Amino acid sequence: MGILVDEKTKVLVQGITGGQGSYHSQYMKEYGTNIVAGVTPGKGGEEVNGIPVYNTVLKAKEETGATASIIFVPSKFAKGAALEAIDAELDPVVIVTEGIPVHDSAKIVRLAEVKGTTIIGPNTPGIISPGKTKMGIMPNHIFKEGNVGLVSRSGTLTYEIVNSMTKLGHGQSTALGLGGDPIVGLNFIKVLDMFAEDDETEAVVLIGEIGGSAEEKAARYIKREFDKPVVAYIAGRTAPKGKRMGHAGAIVSESGTGTAKSKMEAFEKAGVSVARMPMEIGKLLEEAL
Amino acid sequence: MKLQEYEAAGIFEEYGIPVAKGYIIKDPEEIKEVDRPIVLKSQVTVGKRGKSGGILFAENREEAVEKAKKLLGMDIQGLEVKELLVVEKAEIINEYYVGVVMDRESGRATLIMTSEGGVNIEELASKSPEKIAKKRIDPLIGIQPYDALYLAEKIGLEGKEKKEMVKIATKLYKAFEDHDSELAEINPVVSTPDGLLAIDAVFNIDNNALYRQKFDRKESQTVTEREKLADGYDLAYVDLDGDIGIIGSGAGLVMATLDAVAEYGGAASCFLDLGGGAGTEDMLHALEIIGMKEGVRSMYLNIFGGITQCDKIAQGIIDFEPKIPTVVRMLGTNEEKAKQMLKEAGYETVDDMEEGAMKAVEIRE
Repeated sequence: MGILVDEKTKVLVQGITGGQGSYHSQYMKEYGTNIVAGVTPGKGGEEVNGIPVYNTVLKAKEETGATASIIFVPSKFAKGAALEAIDAELDPVVIVTEGIPVHDSAKIVRLAEVKGTTIIGPNTPGIISPGKTKMGIMPNHIFKEGNVGLVSRSGTLTYEIVNSMTKLGHGQSTALGLGGDPIVGLNFIKVLDMFAEDDETEAVVLIGEIGGSAEEKAARYIKREFDKPVVAYIAGRTAPKGKRMGHAGAIVSESGTGTAKSKMEAFEKAGVSVARMPMEIGKLLEEAL
Repeated sequence: MKLQEYEAAGIFEEYGIPVAKGYIIKDPEEIKEVDRPIVLKSQVTVGKRGKSGGILFAENREEAVEKAKKLLGMDIQGLEVKELLVVEKAEIINEYYVGVVMDRESGRATLIMTSEGGVNIEELASKSPEKIAKKRIDPLIGIQPYDALYLAEKIGLEGKEKKEMVKIATKLYKAFEDHDSELAEINPVVSTPDGLLAIDAVFNIDNNALYRQKFDRKESQTVTEREKLADGYDLAYVDLDGDIGIIGSGAGLVMATLDAVAEYGGAASCFLDLGGGAGTEDMLHALEIIGMKEGVRSMYLNIFGGITQCDKIAQGIIDFEPKIPTVVRMLGTNEEKAKQMLKEAGYETVDDMEEGAMKAVEIRE
């Protein structure tokens, strides 16, 4: 099981002829991802890592039966690429690209909502169901099959935590990054909802960070209707107001909203175990299970 | 990127929003003849300029020149006043607020109006949310006249004022959309005997969209020299108040590292994210920036090598030869090779993140 993607997912890579696209299509193949096609307008007919390249998403889908897309195209062209994938009814659509104008992200996310498409990202490391498939850029070797679902707003911090979980023997059912941008498609609540339905997932690790109120909303949802144990970690306790901490969405507002403190308190109120350091997560998981 | 008030007002005027007429001066002598009372407004991109004494009134030219001398060169929340906007003082009957903000929670732009203009909108929103009227705008539809009309009626506007407000709000949204704005606001819009008039203007443009906007990327007034340099090197850097320099790979990991250092009683002097896939050159730049700050007493480099190769980062450390006590923690791609290189060069490495944080606090000089 796991959520959203599995060994049956037939992946299309948009922007496959670029540096990131070609590197990661090969790296995903090594993990076992079933990559069936690539798209770069103007490069149709070529091959990258043995994967056929098409000019349009629709043509690629017709020829190969692709079901999902991962996007590596530069930020200027990302909106066009995402709209094309949504229009061709690929699902999910994983947007790795960082630096997409926020007005473009708003249009992508809204169209996906109307059409019922799941968008992961933008600015996400992607999604992996260990042992089944990976649509993303995360290091292959740190993941292990298991029954902990993981959802995060960060990239490397997720790797750090996954790495320590795996060492302690806690494998993952599915792990995914929501993306570090202010406006993203998939959110914590939708993912928790899917983990609730997934038989393979017995507990969830949720990694949040400063900015916005997605974690507070997730905490209220958990308190209301989520029955599996949850361990949370929030990055940015020491971040000052008004400064973007690397991610476009990681900012405590000038008026003091979006702090780590507010998020940690919300989780504690919802009965979630909150780790103060990434290393504590494994221990809290053991207690929770 | 935050525009100056006069630049924002310029955009609003282009879109047909009635704005207070004025001109910019850099020297007090540039003040023109004064036949009606005027306002001198410091052009700095921070809020609460009035409370900080950055906005002054004058009845005649002599008084205006005096006051302009006082304002030019003044420090407002750490920013030097270099320009003044000179406008005619409006005859104010009522004050309103209208703004559009890209709202991250709903993923859409939200049009906001209130009949209490001139106040801090965030404070009003937390104290008296019932006084604020809001409507989400669907990005696939764009603004429609009914959106603004709905809000104008909700805040109690009638007759001519209501019609004028609908026009202003609609035009404001268009300016917001066309310019990739994250925030466009008029606080306040005032009613005068001649109709509604915008007497302030705030406009932020999304940095990620500057490539398609005609505005050149200007240096923000609020960033430090080090932050500017880091921007040029394409590194994410934020100055902080502590004395431990922190470098890491990935924003979330760096934030977690700052927190871990605080957990052991230390405080970071900065947030520095190399980003994914950084190499030797990036590491050299990062160390250069850390070294520019006075009072940094130790340094903690926390690298998780996914697409980043640890040995390339280690090479950067070895080439730079940092003078301050340094703790290095490396994990992931080419970890063993990197550790060997560092060991040979005399640097200490640690295996886990928390241990490194503790050490960074201990070894401060």
